[in-house]
Amino acid sequence: MLEWVLPAILTIITASTPLVFAAVGEVLVEKSGVLNLGIEGMMVVGAIAAFAVGVTFESATLAIISGAVAGAFLAFIFGLLTLNLLANQVATGLALTIFGLGLSSLIGHSYVGKTFPGLPKLEITLLTDIPFLGPIIFGQDILVYLSILSVFGVSWFLYRTRWGLIVRAIGENHDAAYSIGYSVKFVRMIVILIGGALAGLGGSYLSLAYTPFWVENMTAGRGWIALALVVFASWKPGRALLGAYLFGGITIIQMHAQGFDVQIPAQVMSSLPYLATIFVLVLISRDSSRTLLNAPACLGKNFQPSS
Amino acid sequence: MQVTRTRLKLENITKHYPGIIANDSVNMSVLPGEIHALLGENGAGKSTLVKFIYGVHGADSGRMFWEDKEIQISNPSEARKTGIGMVFQHFSLFDALTVEENIAIGISQELATGGLSDKIIQVSNQYGLPLDPSRYVYTLSVGERQRIEVVRCLLQNPRLLIMDEPTSVLTPQEVEELFKTLRRLSDEGISILYISHKLQEIKDLCHKATIMRNGKVVSECNPDDETTRSMAEMMMGKDFISPERRENKSFGSTKLSLRNINRVSHHQHGVDLANIDLDIKTGEVVGIAGIAGNGQTELLEVLSGEVPVGDEGIILLGDREVTNLNTNDRRKVGMAFVPEERLGHGAVPNMSLWENTVLSAAYSMDLVIRGFVSKVSSIAFCKHVIKKFNVHTPGPNTFASALSGGNLQKFIFGREILQNPKVLIVLQPTWGVDAGSAARIRQSLIDLTENEAAVLVISQDLEELLEISDRIAVIHEGKLSPAYPVNEITIEEIGLLMGGVKKSEFSIRGTDEN
Repeated sequence: MLEWVLPAILTIITASTPLVFAAVGEVLVEKSGVLNLGIEGMMVVGAIAAFAVGVTFESATLAIISGAVAGAFLAFIFGLLTLNLLANQVATGLALTIFGLGLSSLIGHSYVGKTFPGLPKLEITLLTDIPFLGPIIFGQDILVYLSILSVFGVSWFLYRTRWGLIVRAIGENHDAAYSIGYSVKFVRMIVILIGGALAGLGGSYLSLAYTPFWVENMTAGRGWIALALVVFASWKPGRALLGAYLFGGITIIQMHAQGFDVQIPAQVMSSLPYLATIFVLVLISRDSSRTLLNAPACLGKNFQPSS
Repeated sequence: MQVTRTRLKLENITKHYPGIIANDSVNMSVLPGEIHALLGENGAGKSTLVKFIYGVHGADSGRMFWEDKEIQISNPSEARKTGIGMVFQHFSLFDALTVEENIAIGISQELATGGLSDKIIQVSNQYGLPLDPSRYVYTLSVGERQRIEVVRCLLQNPRLLIMDEPTSVLTPQEVEELFKTLRRLSDEGISILYISHKLQEIKDLCHKATIMRNGKVVSECNPDDETTRSMAEMMMGKDFISPERRENKSFGSTKLSLRNINRVSHHQHGVDLANIDLDIKTGEVVGIAGIAGNGQTELLEVLSGEVPVGDEGIILLGDREVTNLNTNDRRKVGMAFVPEERLGHGAVPNMSLWENTVLSAAYSMDLVIRGFVSKVSSIAFCKHVIKKFNVHTPGPNTFASALSGGNLQKFIFGREILQNPKVLIVLQPTWGVDAGSAARIRQSLIDLTENEAAVLVISQDLEELLEISDRIAVIHEGKLSPAYPVNEITIEEIGLLMGGVKKSEFSIRGTDEN
């Protein structure tokens, strides 16, 4: 029994980490009232940027940084269009995804077939050797720890700092925040950039650790799952972490179930995470009062200062 | 030698917007401890001026002096540091945050850290503005929300407090409480710049008034020496005609009946309607008073057919049941509606005025023939509305969004009234509309009843309701009181009903209608 539980848990962690990054970044962005549907695009561009730099310079650190920067760069385009040119957020986000997928294929063309050695895992003598728990807690790579840290960081920022309060206030009522004297555009731009960097990190994890080679369109809809997770988590970073692991878990369990010769068509099992997303969305929208308090009131609305 | 320093002095402030001059060489000064009224019709430039003082936007030219030193304020947080606080007409509050968070966000970081909630309690007790720092804003009444704004300002020890139409949403009792606080602040030497349309309040409260018209200061006066009428005339630059009502009206048969309306609100933080019964007779104006957010919006939506009536509820137009008709079908049988929100609900912002007339008058005025819009008759009707209701606009092709609030309201009223509805239902007919336009709108409501129509006015403005209603009911937390004849109920009693005190808890001179 135990001999397959440990690998299963380890793979669940690797399957969940990209979702954690992307979902937590989007929680932050949506809390400021911006709906960025381009997560998929930012992730995939992060993935190729990290992979290309990693392969070329053979440096994991440089690769991770490039992944984050690439995600933030795509987010910057989004911010420019929606905040300064007041483009529709939904349309711009969708365009960003399409653009990101195309751009990554273009860049990735010459990297098909190459491999990256993977990210080094943390090794602490004695601690990592603890049976079962050791490899789970002390044997991960840096991005896994960073993803958990980002959840606590975003949570602490949103609910414990003044700037977090300002972000939430802007998401709640941007006109009021503006009349009090905060720069809605500036705050949103910063938050969009951070969200983009986090999505880029999520993408980097895919191409550096999860499957350390480049395949076209390798995010495979994870950006959309992350988007659904934000609603699933009712805009709370902690719950987004939980949700990400739940969905990561379902993905892995269905793979293992196929291995154990469970008589359910593979296609049904693969669609489970998506079905679960729909199910959760239905559940949540049924009970509106609980989620409304967390849902930013200005979500998806462009801000134009009135005279 | 005694030198009277001014707290704030403005010299030749001018601000242009494309096409108009919002402020034209405005001069004014405010003394320490003075409650100074800023009066003017919509579009006179009051809001532009105070937003300049508070640093929300700049001016094209002119100088500002603070305690005799020239200063420049480029944003609100600089204004707050200087000692200027402002309470906005549309509160700058965040529903999903707590009182404490709402206050923290509007003050400097140094003030916001360390025992803020104690400071809030201390200041709120000191000035008689009770507040619980841990409550969420969406659970609070409008009066309580305003207290947050006032406390937020006071925490920063301002020497000038700007209040933009602070009483438009308060009950009479809340207004009295607010005035006590303001007088007390004035005694402590804090200057108050008070913007209002309500002339009686300005007479009661203010030491001095500056009157603006078309961006210019037209006069200054001492409100004690003036009558409300004389101030209204200075404001409008012409004679003021207050609405006239017929005395000893006789009413016909029941025109509109609501029976047992129960409706769960679908709004975020909305109010559920509970067992609402009401009858309105032909020729009658019935007013519904109540503090904002007590079910007024929900009631209008049920009446207009935007949301279905609850299970057992019935709406009758004369003898005809209209419960299951949609908005358009209700319009076809003679009902008309004016919602609270002009842009976006009463009119489509980015459509021309004539297109907006088609939207509500398509069938009653035969503007659609065999499924095609008749542009000729639509424009003719639109021109008729513009002329009859004195709407200031270049013409029927102007976008609705280009009209000022008061003008658009006149247009919407004209559009509905000229369709000769049998029943007209209006929510907040004169919210934010200046005295002159408000009087014309009220007069048009009274005139409508002479054409065999019944009118239902839902408003927070008590003076307005007392002026035009034949009977008044009060809505509180989704429940409607019986409608009392207007001469049998006092403003204090209405205020108590609005605050949720049951009629059995105070004695009413008249008897219940039902």
